[in-house]
This record gives sequence, structure tokens and C-alpha cells, in this order.
Amino acid sequence: MSYFNATMTARARQLVSLYPEPRSALVPLCHLAQEQDGWLTPEAMEEIAELVGVTPAEVRGTATFYDMLHTEPVGRYVVAVCTNIACLLDGAIELLAHAQERLGIPVGATTPDGLFTLEEAECLADCDHPPCVQVNHRFVRTTTAEAFDRLVEELAAGGHAENIPTHGTLVRVRRSGGLRVDPGQIARERAAQEGSG
Amino acid sequence: MPLTDAPRIMTARLGDPDSYTIERYLETGGYQALRKALTMTPAEVTAEVDAASLLGRGGAGFPAGRKWSMLKKDPVTYLVVNGDESEPATFKDHLLIERIPHQVLEGVIISAYALQVTRAFVYVRGEFALGLERMEQALNDAYHHGAVGADIFSSGFSLDIVVHPGAGAYICGDETALLESLEGKRGFPRIKPPYYPAVIGLYHQPTVVNNVETMANIPWIVANGGAAFAALGAGRSCGTRMFALSGHVNRPGPYEVEMVKVSFRDLIYAEELGGGIRGGRELKAFIPGGVSSPWFGPEHLDLPLGQDEVGNAGSMLGSGAITVMDDSTCMVRAAWRITKFFSRESCGQCTPCREGSGWLERVLRRIEHGDGREDDLDLLLDVSDNISPGLRWPPQQTTICVLGPSIPSSIHSGIAMFKDEFLLHVKEGRCPVG
Repeated sequence: MSYFNATMTARARQLVSLYPEPRSALVPLCHLAQEQDGWLTPEAMEEIAELVGVTPAEVRGTATFYDMLHTEPVGRYVVAVCTNIACLLDGAIELLAHAQERLGIPVGATTPDGLFTLEEAECLADCDHPPCVQVNHRFVRTTTAEAFDRLVEELAAGGHAENIPTHGTLVRVRRSGGLRVDPGQIARERAAQEGSG
Repeated sequence: MPLTDAPRIMTARLGDPDSYTIERYLETGGYQALRKALTMTPAEVTAEVDAASLLGRGGAGFPAGRKWSMLKKDPVTYLVVNGDESEPATFKDHLLIERIPHQVLEGVIISAYALQVTRAFVYVRGEFALGLERMEQALNDAYHHGAVGADIFSSGFSLDIVVHPGAGAYICGDETALLESLEGKRGFPRIKPPYYPAVIGLYHQPTVVNNVETMANIPWIVANGGAAFAALGAGRSCGTRMFALSGHVNRPGPYEVEMVKVSFRDLIYAEELGGGIRGGRELKAFIPGGVSSPWFGPEHLDLPLGQDEVGNAGSMLGSGAITVMDDSTCMVRAAWRITKFFSRESCGQCTPCREGSGWLERVLRRIEHGDGREDDLDLLLDVSDNISPGLRWPPQQTTICVLGPSIPSSIHSGIAMFKDEFLLHVKEGRCPVG
């Protein structure tokens, strides 16, 4: 069984090695799977389960708790419009309505060409630039309907690749090394885990 | 520093577009506090933080020094940094993570040394993709610089740090939910007691969980001494604090001000801060500390930005998020949207929160849509009372975590302040403010 490709497998092993308990790598591994495929496929959940020592059902049960982890396919660009309080005060409901019209889909749906998924977001912590819009979790600061339309056109034409990687790629900076604390300490941690587990 | 001559502890470096790089950080005195800390004993560093009287900057405002002193000296202990900033209208940790990740990391390393912890985890909200990249890069650079890793600056002290991405769940800002999440599980807050992760934390080991802004204060405290920090502010609220100002003001933004010495009026109206209400409109109400806090009206404007001062007035400074609503704001709509948020983000473990939040949201939605019923206001207060008996402040709790008792805040303060407006929605099926 090999779900992750060669590069991803090496990164997956590194992720597991960073934690005293392998299960801590579960969410980071889900992000990694989404980087490979854009969403969390059943095959991905099976391999993640094996990597961290739980059942595939536990991976699914955990993943479905989190908004960013998708167990169904999503578009190349996940567009999130915040409508929480600060954005609400600045026309967020109207911008979200416009986004639905422009993309021709309701909240939660994906355009037939597989390019865009639209989400209504909770506060994204950029409240001095309302209404807040993210594409693939990058702040785009398009606060008007016109700016939104322009962004959609540019994305559809393949623009913004530098700043907005396709959905699933969250962190492009690789951790450059492993852990450097002496291995004895790690052994003590694992022993303490077993002692209290 | 706006309005007072306090030093800029959090914002001094933010004017520089390259503030997130290690080169700029080192040029501006970065990692000097760490070098100084490593010449002190861990107990001496802890004593400085204690002397600073630094209240945690996450939302609960627990004294950071006391949190540290509660850590049981078991063989394995952990430091976890809470960067899961999700309280609506709060955007200061987002800024600190993206713009001064090294200052956060330096605080983490110094704290780890004081606590003699060799493993630290920085949990960053998943939606902060750029922040995660900046933090990961900063960590790589800090390792390369010798500020993290084995034998830091040849001091004999070693520490590993892991940047851990969240995946989208407000509840993970609760420290016990965050620990569950970090263990690779659903973000369910843990049943108390034990009340503090210092007793049983990550992997059942003693753990200290501190907020990002709290960590970013530590280098300044070590460099300048705890007494210098404690000399800023007044009463129990020492130092400066980041406030996130949003809503109907001319200049929304993150502002660092000296605690207690500045009032809500200053923050909202001063030219160099909020710059007043937009379009010459009138202030109707403001949320003083994130959507979990009860609303305030114009009569509260002169309250100082201090934890106890705001607490005694019946609300809280909470996460330092102040949202201003002018006289064009529909208060039913505002309360509905806040309640919808809690309903979406309730983890579902406790019945009063899970069922109550959805029920309240549906009632508010129908009032907002003009379909309200005569006894709906009583119903709202009754359901709220079942989540937080007595609707007192500080609130009573029927749930595992404080998300539950946060739900009624906007509802009962909104109805208390704007009963006529709520009633008009119900009786005439329309909004009096448009």
C-alpha cells in the first residue's frame, strides 16, 4: 500500500518523527494528503491511519471535526467569505450573495468546471480589512464586488500562482531539520507516555 | 506609543516590511534578551516574569508567572503556545505571527529555559497560511542561528520547537481542546478537574499553555526587567496590550496602548487611534472584548482599558477585540450572527451549548426575518438562562468549557440595552434602523 508519492512519504515520516506520540501528526498528515490530492481521499485516510497507529475510522472521525479538512472533493480554489460580526458591519452578507451569483453556486458547492468552491467563513482574523476573503487560506483583501470579480477572472486564467497555490498546499516552507535534543530525552518522554497511558 | 509615552513592546518592529526576517530581527536587537536570559538562572528569569505581573493575553487574563509556578517538576514537561486566534474580531496574534515570528519564538525559548522544558509546540491557526510559512521559516532560521536546538548559544540548554498547524475549529482556542487537537484528536475541551494543564496537559504530562502575545512580551521583560513592565499600566493590568479595533470607525486596526491609561473613548475617538465613528454617525454600542463579552453602550466609553476595570463594569476585556457599532446597526442582526457563530463552533459535547446555541440562533433568525413571535424575547432569555443560570457576570457555567456561557452574552446584553428595537422586530416584523 502506498498512497503518498515518494516525496510525500519522506515528508510524512518526518512529520511523525517530530512528536512524542505519532498520533499528533494526524492533522499535519491530513494537510499533506490535501496537498497531494486537494482533498482527503479514503485511501489517504487509510494510509494516515497506518502511519499514526489508529483506525481509518478514527482518522475520518477526527478529520470531519475540522473545517479545513475535506472528505469530499473541492475546487482548485476554495473561496471563503467571512460574514462574522466585523465583516457583517461592512457588507459581508451582500458580498457573499454577490459571490454566489458570480460563481453561480450556493455556499458549500463547487463550480462544474472544478475551479471554485465557495464557503461562508467564520472570523478569519483580518477584521481591519472587511469583508474578509480568503482563497486557499490566503488573504486576498478583495472587499468589493468589482475586486471580487476581477480576482475570480484572474484565478480562472491561471493568475496568482505565486501567492495562491492550489487548494491543499498550506505551508510551502519545509522544516529544514529534525529534532536536536538528545535522544535520551525523547526516550524518557516515550517512557513517561507509556507510564501514564 | 499613542497617548502615553510607554515603550512599544509589541509594535516597535512593525513599521519595517521585512520585520519577519531573521536579518531584520537581529539588526533590531533580536535574540539579545535570550542571550541575557541564558546568563541568568531559570529561577531568576521566572522571577522577572513574576515581577512583571504579566496577565495572559489570550482572553482569560490569568497571570503568566503564576501559570509557570504551578508547573509540577516532573521529568517531562511541555510548553505549548496558543496561536489559534479565532475569537471573532480579534486579529492581533495573526499580525504578530506574520510580522514578528522571531519575537514570538524568542519569548518561547526564554520561557522554555525558565521552565526547563526541552520540547515546545507552537500551535498556529490553520487558516493563517502565510503566518504558518513565516513561523516555519523563522524557526528554521532560529535553528540555523543557534537560538533553538542543541546547546543554545553554547549555554548547555537544549530545546526543540515544532510548529503545528490547526485545521479550522474555534474551540481549539480553549487550552484543553488545543491539547487534544495537538494529540491528533477532535478538539473536545477536557472535563475539569484538573483545571490546569500544569497538572495534566499534553500526553498527560505537566504542560504550560501560553498565548502568542504573552510570549512576545517575554523578551522585553527580560531585557528591561519585570519592574519596568509592571511600572506600565495600573492595578493588576500591567504593561501595554494589543487591541484589535474593528467596525464602524474611521481607522480600524491593531493598536498597542498602555493598559488602564487609555479608555475606550480614547481608542475609538483619538485621531491617532480609531479616529472616531465613520461618516459622522453616532456610536450605538460596542463589544469590549470579543463576541463572548457582553455589549457596552456610550455610557461605558470612559472606562479604562484594564482587566478589572472592565470586569467590574459587567463585561470583559477578553481577547482585546473591540467592535464598534454605529446607529445604522441592526442589533438583532448582530446578535443573530454572533449566535450563529457559536452554534457552528459548539463542539457538541454538552447539551446546553449544543442544543441551546442552535435554538437561540433559530429564534433570532426568525425575529430578524420578521417572523418573530410575541414571547420570543422571553424564550431567548429562558434558553440563555439554561445555558448560564442567572445570566450573571462573571457567568455561571453548565458546560465543560466557557464557550457555553459565552453564548448568552450578546443576547442578554443586547435585549437589556435595545429591548424596544427587539420588540419592534417582533411586533411589526421590520427593522427600525433599516
